[in-house]
Order: sequence, then C-alpha cells, then structure tokens
Amino acid sequence: MLDQLISTGKKSTRDGFGAGLFEIGKQNREVVALCADLIGSLKMEAFIEAFPERFFQIGIAEANMMGIAAGLATAGKIPYTGTFANFSTGRVYDQLRQSIAYSHKNVKVCASHAGLTLGEDGATHQILEDIGMTRMLPGFTVVVPCDYNQTKAATIAIGEHYGPVYLRFGRPDWPVFTAENQKFEIGKAQLLATGSDVSIFATGHMVWQAIEAAKALALEGVSCEIYNIHTIKPLDEAAVLDSVSKTRCVVTAEEHQRNGGLGDSIAQLLARRLPAPMEFVAVNDSFGESGKPLELLDKYGLSVNDVAAAARTVLTRKK
Amino acid sequence: MLELPFFFTFVPSKTKTLRHSHIFRITMADIQQLRRIATQVRRDIIRQTSMAASGHPGGSLGCTELFTALYFEVLKHDPKFSKTGAGEDMFFLSNGHISPVWYSVLARSGYFPISELATFRKLNSRLQGHPATHEGLPGIRVASGSLGQGLSVSIGAALAKKLDNDPNLVYTLTGDGELQEGQVWEALMFAAHHKVDNLIAIVDWNGQQIDGPTAKVMSLGDLPAKWAAFGWEALQIEHGNDMQAVLNGLAEAKMHTGKGKPVVVLMKTEMGFGVDFMAGTHVWHGKTTNAEQTERALGQLEETLGDF
Repeated sequence: MLDQLISTGKKSTRDGFGAGLFEIGKQNREVVALCADLIGSLKMEAFIEAFPERFFQIGIAEANMMGIAAGLATAGKIPYTGTFANFSTGRVYDQLRQSIAYSHKNVKVCASHAGLTLGEDGATHQILEDIGMTRMLPGFTVVVPCDYNQTKAATIAIGEHYGPVYLRFGRPDWPVFTAENQKFEIGKAQLLATGSDVSIFATGHMVWQAIEAAKALALEGVSCEIYNIHTIKPLDEAAVLDSVSKTRCVVTAEEHQRNGGLGDSIAQLLARRLPAPMEFVAVNDSFGESGKPLELLDKYGLSVNDVAAAARTVLTRKK
Repeated sequence: MLELPFFFTFVPSKTKTLRHSHIFRITMADIQQLRRIATQVRRDIIRQTSMAASGHPGGSLGCTELFTALYFEVLKHDPKFSKTGAGEDMFFLSNGHISPVWYSVLARSGYFPISELATFRKLNSRLQGHPATHEGLPGIRVASGSLGQGLSVSIGAALAKKLDNDPNLVYTLTGDGELQEGQVWEALMFAAHHKVDNLIAIVDWNGQQIDGPTAKVMSLGDLPAKWAAFGWEALQIEHGNDMQAVLNGLAEAKMHTGKGKPVVVLMKTEMGFGVDFMAGTHVWHGKTTNAEQTERALGQLEETLGDF
C-alpha cells in the first residue's frame, strides 16, 4: 500500500481549486465567485472567463467580501470567496463569525497561500492560526486537502454540501499522489497506508511529508498507518479511534501552529476516549519568515525527517 | 399594505436632489393609521426594554416612523416569510441593537405572535438581544449587532436579485455612529463601482452614539457630500420622525433606483423621539426606563392596538 503512494508530478493545490471552481460552476448555476484582487493567485481565471456575470471583483476589501457573500447566500446563491488564507480568516474573523457562521450562511471561504510554504513573502502572509480560528466557529466545516487532485474534488464537494465551509490550500507546486477525478467525502478520513506500530494523522501538504517519512521508517522496520485527515472538522472520530486502538501511539502533522490545529483536535478526542502517547509535528508558537518552502519546513520542524523523528520518539513512549 | 381608496398628491420633502414631483398612493387616513401604529410600536419598545431591564430604547424610538412606514406601507413583503426573499423586497438591519422596534413591527405585521414580544432578551427566546437567525425568528435573514456589516450583506442580496432578474428592492438601515466602521466605506465603494442601483441604504442620522454626540466622539463630517463623493445618489429626510416626510423620502428614493447608482437616504431623527424625557440625548441609547419612568413614558403614548 505504501509503495503505491507515488508522486505523478507536481502541481499546486491552488491550481486544483481553480479547476474545481470551474467544474462546480459548470454543474450549478447558483455558484458565484468573489475575489479580493487576487484572481491570478487563486487561479480563478477559468471560472471568470466562462461565467463573467457570476463573478464579483471586490477589490482589496475582504470584510466587505465576506458580507457580500453572506448576502448572496441569503438569496440562495452559493458564493465561493477567494483570497489568501490570512485575509480569509484573521482579517475578517468577526464577519465570518456573525454574518456567516452565526447566521449559518452557505458560504465557501476558499483560502490559498496558507502556511509556511507560501515562502518568500514571509510571516505577514504565512498564516499558521487559520485552522484553529475556523474550527472554533460553531457550524463551520474545515477542509484541508492534500494535493491538486484532492483540492479539485474538495472544491466541487463543498458546493454540494449546505453550510459554511473553510477550504484551505497552498501556493507551491507539490507532489500529486491521489486519484484523478476522485469522489471527495467531507468528514471521512482517507486511509493511505495500513500499519501496526504508529498512527500518523496528517493534513494538507504534510500528508506527503508523512508518506515520505513512513517510507523511511519502513526501512527501519517500523510499520506506519497513515491517515489523510482532509476534513479537520467534523473530525472522523471513528477512523482515529479505530487506528489508535490498534497502534496505541500517534503522530500528527500539519502546517499550522501546534495550538489550535489538527493535533489539538485529535488530542482532545483521545484524552476523552483513548489516551495514547502523542507527538505533534507543527509550528511551535512561532511566526515564520521569508525563505523557500522546503527550507522553511526544515527550519520550523516540519520536514520529512521531523515526522520520522516524531514517530521514533513516540514509539519509545509506547507501553 | 393599507387600503388605497384614492390618490393623494403630496409635496415632497426638502431635498437638494429632487428632480420631479410625483404621486404617491397614500391617503391622509392612511397616514393617521400609520401614526397610530407608530404610537403602539413605541409602547412596545418601552415595554420590551423595561421588562427585560436591558436593551436600546433610544435609537428604537427614533426609528419608529421608518419601521412603521417600511412594514405597513413601503415594503412589498410577506409575513409568511421566505428567507431568500425571492419576489419581494428585502430589509436588512445593520445596527442590530435597535431590535425592539424591528421586533415590534414584525410581530404587528404578522411574522410571529405579538405575545412573543414579552420574551425579548430572556432565556430560550427567539427575540435575542440583537437580531439573529439562529433561533429561527421569522423576518430575520442575517444576524447583526457587531456593527458595519449590514450594508455589505445587503449588497450581496441586491446582486443576487439582479442575477435572478428579480425587480424588487433591497433596503437596509445603518446607524450614523456605525459609519465609523471601515467596512461601511468598503461597501460604499463597491456599490457605486458595480452600479448596485436596486439598493436603498438608510442612515439613522441622529447625531448620537453611546459615548455621546457623534460630533464629540468622532465627527462624521459632511455626510451627504461624503456619500455623493463615493458615487451614491444621496437624498435626505429632514424630519425622520414625521411620518409624511419619511414616506415622501422613501418614495423619492425608490424613484432614484434603477438609474445606475446606489441610493442612500440620510434620515435626520431624534434619538428617543416620542417620550419627552428621552428625546434628543444619547443617555437612553443603551439604558432602559425604571418602573416610574416606564409609567411616565407610557402615559405619553396612547395604546392604539392593544399591548402585548
């Protein structure tokens, strides 16, 4: 199973979003798109060209964009907002909270350039708190797909689901390893490799890092079970409990602060239901900085080696 | 809508931008009836806020003519309530703290039982302190309370109406102090650029906010000039507590829709209007009347439709 997880090439998850948006736009005429002056970055050109009357350029005014999206949704449209993850969450948190979450609007908040892998722009833009912010909002679904194909499928799937969604993806070209034209099931964790020694729960770009780490660990005789937690909320609790009841130790991996992210969510579940030793591969209460994506993952403890090291550590704590 | 037995010609309110006189289908008797409704709405405001010992009576009293005019005359609306608002006018309240006046006109126009006004701000009520959709109160389409968001939401609804070729209008009310929120000016810029001309924004221009007069807290400057400079058709109602003036102003605003520009009505009102000791001050913005004050206030407001 692990051997079959191979990269067929590199493409960005934001390109997957653009492809998915065009597709859902074709399928459902109620889908509309909004962008705050980042059309090229969000890869929204195909949608805009095909459906110009269903696209709204908002300019650099993200708070207004979220309010307009809430109004469009009120009248029955399915708005997809597009901007960087930073401007999709922290900048507009109160708008997300009142006009969208509390009012239960069918708005799809689509957020690119999340995390350290945004790279050279540096910490002002490398948001590492967005998963935490959005998963705290009652009623929000939080989706973080792992590669181009899955981001395309997720972009389509969230349009078929009623309710507010935060869809997080990234900037860099990244290995593509999930199936083309897959069916994306919100809330259902994706089992990538079965194993018996340690469970690795990863999300977003870190899923590929987990796969690479598991391959290295296999050479040392360590058997890793890898789950792609593409839906942070609602968490697939059954899948997590099932895996941990077998392996009895856990590594989580995410391009996010340790506080508030996927690791927190899984720790909360396990503390209540199935306590187990756990290691967290995540940014540890720090801002990022300018650099190349892989350099940054290395410096901030999110490299393939860091995931493997976390697995080795947690195995020593296993009873 | 009220009965319309004959046409009534009236003199439009004093506005700089008025271009034509017009005929408005409302009778003197109708205006008397709207005034009687407004008196009851004011009683409802005082009674809701005093019973809850919490809420914002001042701004609610100041906007009573507007809400009465909207729900009993101007809006094409159906109290059976569809959240999408397809085929009807839609109203969004941005300054959600004046919920008591909205709840009163919604109940009195048939959206929910009048008796439910007694639950305002109490546990397990649909009448939350600030309007919300969460408990399913008919008439509310989006939560408001955190200021500055309603104009954006209204623009979204207006854009949807255009996409759906729905000729009805979207109305929204914001406070004047609320204009201190930056998001409002983002929305102003957008609406002009995208020619959102099926939208009528109304500003409750009472010159008061919680901490005092707006001129002292944070000057708003020349509001008509600011809205006009942002590309809006900026109209004014000089006497927003005069039912006739409000009707005239809204009729005029409606005439300016569909002409490529969003329309704003800057409506001068007196906070606390209708109760002598509450009028013209910010003191009753977020403060309620005690038992003795409630009696005094209700003594000035005739019970025309029966208290809840």
